Amino acid sequence: MSKKVIYGVYDDDDVILKAVKDIRAKGIHVDEVYSPFPIHGLDHALGLKPSRLAIASFLYGCTGLSLGLLMMWYMMIQDWPQIIGGKPNFSLLDNIPAFVPIAFELTVFFAAHLMVLTYLMRCKLYPGSSETSPDPRTTDDKFLMEIEAHGNEADLIAIMKETGATEVKEEKIA
Amino acid sequence: MHYESPIREPLILEDKTLHDITEDVARPIEGKANKYWWALFIAALLAFMWGAGCLAYTAGTGIGVWGLNKTVGWAWDITNFVWWVGIGHAGTLISAVLLLFRQKWRLSINRSAEAMTIFAVIQAGLFPIFHMGRPWLAYWVLPLPNNFGSLWVNFNSPLLWDVFAISTYLTVSLVFWYMGLIPDFAMIRDRAVKPTVKKIYAILSFGWSGKAKHWQRFEELSLVLAGLATPLVLSVHTIVSMDFATSVIPGWHTTIFPPYFVAGAIFSGFAMVQTLLLVMRKVVNMEAYITIKHIEYMNIVIMVTGSIVGVAYITELFIAWYSGVEFEQYAFLNRATGPYWWAYWSMMTCNVFSPQFMWFKKLRTSIAFTFFISIIVNIGMWFERFVIIVTSLHRDYLPSSWSMFSPTFVDIGIFIGTIGFFFVLFLLYARTFPVIAQAELKTIVKSSGSQNKK
Repeated sequence: MSKKVIYGVYDDDDVILKAVKDIRAKGIHVDEVYSPFPIHGLDHALGLKPSRLAIASFLYGCTGLSLGLLMMWYMMIQDWPQIIGGKPNFSLLDNIPAFVPIAFELTVFFAAHLMVLTYLMRCKLYPGSSETSPDPRTTDDKFLMEIEAHGNEADLIAIMKETGATEVKEEKIA
Repeated sequence: MHYESPIREPLILEDKTLHDITEDVARPIEGKANKYWWALFIAALLAFMWGAGCLAYTAGTGIGVWGLNKTVGWAWDITNFVWWVGIGHAGTLISAVLLLFRQKWRLSINRSAEAMTIFAVIQAGLFPIFHMGRPWLAYWVLPLPNNFGSLWVNFNSPLLWDVFAISTYLTVSLVFWYMGLIPDFAMIRDRAVKPTVKKIYAILSFGWSGKAKHWQRFEELSLVLAGLATPLVLSVHTIVSMDFATSVIPGWHTTIFPPYFVAGAIFSGFAMVQTLLLVMRKVVNMEAYITIKHIEYMNIVIMVTGSIVGVAYITELFIAWYSGVEFEQYAFLNRATGPYWWAYWSMMTCNVFSPQFMWFKKLRTSIAFTFFISIIVNIGMWFERFVIIVTSLHRDYLPSSWSMFSPTFVDIGIFIGTIGFFFVLFLLYARTFPVIAQAELKTIVKSSGSQNKK
């Protein structure tokens, strides 16, 4: 089943931000906004939930820290204990000062890389993806609003023009 | 909501609009290289090839082809390693620390500074790998099960800490840089006319479309990565300094090393950013974005970190005297007045004396003078590492083994080769990558563009 969407092109980030607020105040759902740069406050205006990437990163960091300490404990204390520089390795606690640097590095390594992978997966970004914005000018200087129409095309077009859209077009997408 | 005091100087000149920024960033990629680019590229490529030949000779014959001897077992290789890692630090400082402090002036320079970081760390990594003698066994530094009944790597060794620190630093800097590049590659993709070019940038841009949710995640990701990269960059040079500080060699066994190395790294890194950007802004016409104000801010950082380094040098001397340890006192006296006095005083002149000129506004806003000082600082910081490493080693505990170090053509060749390799990478970058983080720069046009400051 094909659906109809209305695209409104705006020239200014402040104008589209206000337009999103006004249109949503009328009870119309704004499906998507494409912009060349992040617009502060747009996520709140669109009613998007806050990102949980930071929480994920914290958990990845905890994982990295634990795995790092576990690895060093196993290799240096459990599997093959050695006396290096006259300093015996009897327990994790005795040896922890020497383990701090690598434990820290592994915390950062896990937190950063797994967060980036999560971000790419959640946004479905990957090499070979053929997705682009519906209007290539949105990576240059235009801002695009997308609203799905349910028989109210004329109303939507009027509202978009009223809120400052410089171009409005109607498209059928599969 | 985009309010900024009109007293602050604009960060984008010539009344650039959003579309102008797109055009200016895309121009070097879409245009053809001029003869200066080709001349520099060929020179860099030749230097790189000479260096590659010297590396091949080292790997094939052994590190006996270097000038190392029984007393001075570490010299140019580790000097160059620390020098290159230090240069890398400015990129992370600009992109991560200045992001946390919300400094808008980072936006015109962070992309190139991060590129410099990555290219510099690649050069740094070559030295320890080749110093191993058998670089094809470099993977032995990783904690892998092996045929010695799993005799593991030694986690008490600062050299192993370095392996983890440098590899984490390189990979995290790389993804931080790349995540920022994705929206800019998408911009190039959407403008590209030739199908192959479009295809290449389509692959590089990972299907970026600029959706609101993606931008929200992008900002969260940048902030958290900056928060992770900030302690990371400080830890990297701290750990590099521990390669020396945890030993018992007089001149190396110093608790001041971690902060002193980090300050020195930022100092040398900013100098290299100046060297590169002063040329780049001219060659690719970015003078409206990398303004005198940016240059002045960076000069102030150079002045402050140079002074911190100066205080560290003097503290070292004082503590050597105050400790009452004969060996410490000799090590420092020998640095300043021994056979390597010229290296010590070059370091002092370049690193402590020369940045003090930046107290004068006229000098720190002069492009020619800035370029001159940036080269001086790069030389000075190379000498700093040479002084710390070679002068501490060349006078052993046993006077019969005292010696000097003289580099062979292979030492020199490898060093010049890494400079060539660095410039090959940077020049290719300047022609194929968006050299300014244009998406993020567009967010400050309203607050810091010159048209809104009138």
